[in-house]
Amino acid sequence: MVGRAPAGSLGGMDAYLDHAASTPLRPEALAAVTSVSAEVCGNPTGAHGPARRARRVVDEARDAVAALCGVEAGAVVFTSGGTEADDLAVNGVLDAVAERTGGHDHVAVCSAVEHPAVLEPVLHRGGHTVRVDHNGRVDLDHLDAVLIEHGDRVAVVSVMAANNEVGVVQPLEDVARIVRRRAPDAVLHTDAVQAAAWVDLAPIVASVDLLSVSAHKIGGPKGAGALIVGSGVAVAPRLRGGGQERGRRSGTHNVAGIAGFGAAAQATLAARADTAARVAALRERLAAAVTATVPAATVTVPAEVPQLPSILHLCIEGADSEVLLFLLDDAGVAASAASSCSSGALAGSHVLAAMGVAPERAAGALRLSLGWPSTEAEVDHAATVLRAAVERTAAFGAAAS
Amino acid sequence: MSVEEATAAAAVGSGAPAGGRVLVAMSGGVDSSVAAALLVRAGYEVVGVTLRLWGGESDSGCCSVSDVDDARRVAQQLDIAHHVFNFAEEFDRQVVDPYVEAHLAGKVPNPCIECNRHLKFDHLLRRARLLGFDRLATGHHARVVTRPDGRRRIARGADAAKDQSYVLYMVGAEVLAGLMLPVGSLDKDDVRALAAELGLRTAAKPDSQDVCFIRSDEGRRGFLSARAELHPGVLVDAAGDEVGSVPAVELVTPGQRRGLGLAGGGTHRYAVEVDVPARRVRVGTAEELLVAHTDVADCVWTDGTPPAASLPVLVQASAHGPVHPAEVLVGVVAADEAATGVGDASPSAVVRWREPQRRVAPGQSVVFYDPAAPAEVLGGAVVAR
Repeated sequence: MVGRAPAGSLGGMDAYLDHAASTPLRPEALAAVTSVSAEVCGNPTGAHGPARRARRVVDEARDAVAALCGVEAGAVVFTSGGTEADDLAVNGVLDAVAERTGGHDHVAVCSAVEHPAVLEPVLHRGGHTVRVDHNGRVDLDHLDAVLIEHGDRVAVVSVMAANNEVGVVQPLEDVARIVRRRAPDAVLHTDAVQAAAWVDLAPIVASVDLLSVSAHKIGGPKGAGALIVGSGVAVAPRLRGGGQERGRRSGTHNVAGIAGFGAAAQATLAARADTAARVAALRERLAAAVTATVPAATVTVPAEVPQLPSILHLCIEGADSEVLLFLLDDAGVAASAASSCSSGALAGSHVLAAMGVAPERAAGALRLSLGWPSTEAEVDHAATVLRAAVERTAAFGAAAS
Repeated sequence: MSVEEATAAAAVGSGAPAGGRVLVAMSGGVDSSVAAALLVRAGYEVVGVTLRLWGGESDSGCCSVSDVDDARRVAQQLDIAHHVFNFAEEFDRQVVDPYVEAHLAGKVPNPCIECNRHLKFDHLLRRARLLGFDRLATGHHARVVTRPDGRRRIARGADAAKDQSYVLYMVGAEVLAGLMLPVGSLDKDDVRALAAELGLRTAAKPDSQDVCFIRSDEGRRGFLSARAELHPGVLVDAAGDEVGSVPAVELVTPGQRRGLGLAGGGTHRYAVEVDVPARRVRVGTAEELLVAHTDVADCVWTDGTPPAASLPVLVQASAHGPVHPAEVLVGVVAADEAATGVGDASPSAVVRWREPQRRVAPGQSVVFYDPAAPAEVLGGAVVAR
């Protein structure tokens, strides 16, 4: 049984294949956001009926998010989203270590393919990156070497559970083993924003100290997320104030957003294995159609490499991502390439560069990402449109040369 | 001019049936905002695009973010799709790098013209066709006119003070077949009034100034010195005697008077010849700046071929400068060319002025207007030396 995205939320597209950027609200989340927005006015920290109602909404959502992540409710720190959770993980740990030691010579280490929400804070604080192989998987030998070199100065290591651009899943248990051996005092963080909708987080959370999740990647609303903080892990607050979230993140709760997050977490957890299997089959169907009809396309991450069921990343030789996205959009297909800069222009992909993908191949990068409401009809339409777009591009390229 | 009249004027001369698809280059300024609005009102299927050209800091922030914001917000007002194309690499390669190199070679380049030549009317035009648009529109103050024989030309915009035909001289017949310039028949005041009447948020936005990739706080000198080594130069008079010095010989423009550090009073002295390799600037009187002919290269003609081997033209040598009658001798190479070896492109024409004219700096463009139809562009060229 395939759920349906709220009517109109896909903007009239015939195929929405950008779920890794944001996936539609699940009906349960829409209902929760709507009813809480309409019916709950209290501030959760207050001491009266309406406040208690708001507090209950937040706490029940906390239970649902905790269940999704396989942790106790007390480990959940609600944030404004994945970026704030990642920022709190990197900067919060560095700040906590600096406060404890009185020094500022500690650094963070992360993989070279992290989302900018991790990569930028790590580099801003003078940290180091770890190489990845040609499939985007962390080079464990290099991680070992970096940790040997920087040893006790490493306060936090961050390696994402699954990559947002190419979908590759990282060997977190191996990463954890190396971190525990080489930097036993370091905190291990994982950005599970992309993974949460698709994989069981229990084994992951067992290997790490901190884990980031985001509501709108699992069918919740934008503007809510959480950092899972393991017991005894010191994270200094980034936002000080009223002391919400046990002093770890001040600011009045986004009650309706958190309610939607909780509802989406519950719905995701209930159907995760089935949805993942169904979407994996859709992805295979899409990959088969594209490789059969678009000879210039190569699948970036080979099938035998552990990866999310939802992302099909392609490099299309001789094509330009910007042109492909325009032609796809024109034909009712929403897709994406790499990240955009603040002007909205496409920027080069640091992920593909770290994987050693040649710039001329990366120029034709295309990410097709599926989600909980994806259908065979969408996948088939996208494959047809992509073929036409690539053929048009090739015909113009031939005419120009 | 009313919105209705302007709307009608926007579609005039386009030859395109209403309902066709038009890609509008939206810079975030008022002119291209109104251009897009008029085309929407005239019934075209309009898509807006903003080019991300310069990736560095500018007066409107990194990547010109605020201009992109303005363009996007206007597109939202018009309920049309808006895209951003990242042409930063091409812009660096075809506009910025040559700009720096030209200065180092003692030339005074016009980057706006090179941007039009390589980015807007080549790269963007090809992109537009690839994306299924047979028409491209911009907010330039110029017009596309159709001659009785069906051929098209660029002509001056209705607002003489804002006329941009000079920077569009490279637009050839093939491009003109699909080019729309909806505000070219409007005065700037009308454009602003229409923008206000239509409620466009860019109605009162100031006109852009100067070169987009050079911040006003760093200037040309700051920009160039960050990218190349600038050298001090000496000023010499006609006798070869040293009369002064300049901090950067690469920044001296032939014809320049101010900024040479020469004492005022008496006869004004101008930079007459700039010799970058020798780091020497010869100064002299205004009379010494006068030339009888000017060697030009990279000639382009709207119709693709020069109309005649010897052609009377009206020449404009700067964006809003005066026009002077002259004759273009196509394919003529100056007699002393081989002897001097000056110039990195062989002149493909000589402009013989009817009256001696003040030197035009190498790298600047001269644009040829038709004496029989003085508003219309025949072509243009870049001054070689």
